[in-house]
Amino acid sequence: MSFEQKLTWVNTATTVIVVAVYAWIVGGQIAAGPVADIAYQKPMIIAVCAMIVLTIAGAIATAIGTAVGIEISGKGSVDDIDRKDERDVHINRRGDLVGYYVSSVLMLGAFTLTMLEFPHFWIANAMFVAFVIAGLSSSAVKLVAYHRGF
Amino acid sequence: MVKPTKVMNSIRALRFAASEMTQADLADRVGMTRQTIIAIEQGRYSPSLEVAFKIARVFGVSLDDVFQYPEDPS
Repeated sequence: MSFEQKLTWVNTATTVIVVAVYAWIVGGQIAAGPVADIAYQKPMIIAVCAMIVLTIAGAIATAIGTAVGIEISGKGSVDDIDRKDERDVHINRRGDLVGYYVSSVLMLGAFTLTMLEFPHFWIANAMFVAFVIAGLSSSAVKLVAYHRGF
Repeated sequence: MVKPTKVMNSIRALRFAASEMTQADLADRVGMTRQTIIAIEQGRYSPSLEVAFKIARVFGVSLDDVFQYPEDPS
């Protein structure tokens, strides 16, 4: 598995974990009362920051783990851990393009909610979900491309 | 399920003919990752023309000796 592929897995796992925690914290309050009373802002900002921080930490941990693996097995060179080539670039580009299309379409939902004057809670969360699904779609396309061929 | 490309290659045979060169060695010499060399060998990725020339140059053969593109039966 190439380093870029490992990073894609890290990114996917991080997103799923953070969103699950966010949904557990915020989603649990929906049934309790009007959504206008739900303090979703702070958890959402924390979730976005957590995704960024955990992705960086995951990338560092992956690099260290890969380096340790190379030292133990004696195969490969530690200097080449983060080597990236044209295939990685092409796969990333395709994944990012799909993510862009998905976010564009899902953002129409957020626009619709805005025009229908839904509460801010639903609009903000629709946008959050749009970015999350776009990111996961992008990662899924990249992982399939790595596995099936490109 | 693996999606094959139409481009076929003889890299595996050429590696063995070249003192059993490893995929890692070939990857180092053309500046690619070993995973990409594996993908090319298995027909899961068609490299750019530049990389194709680099691979052919490593083995000291022409491009046609490394990569083949079969004609359509039509």
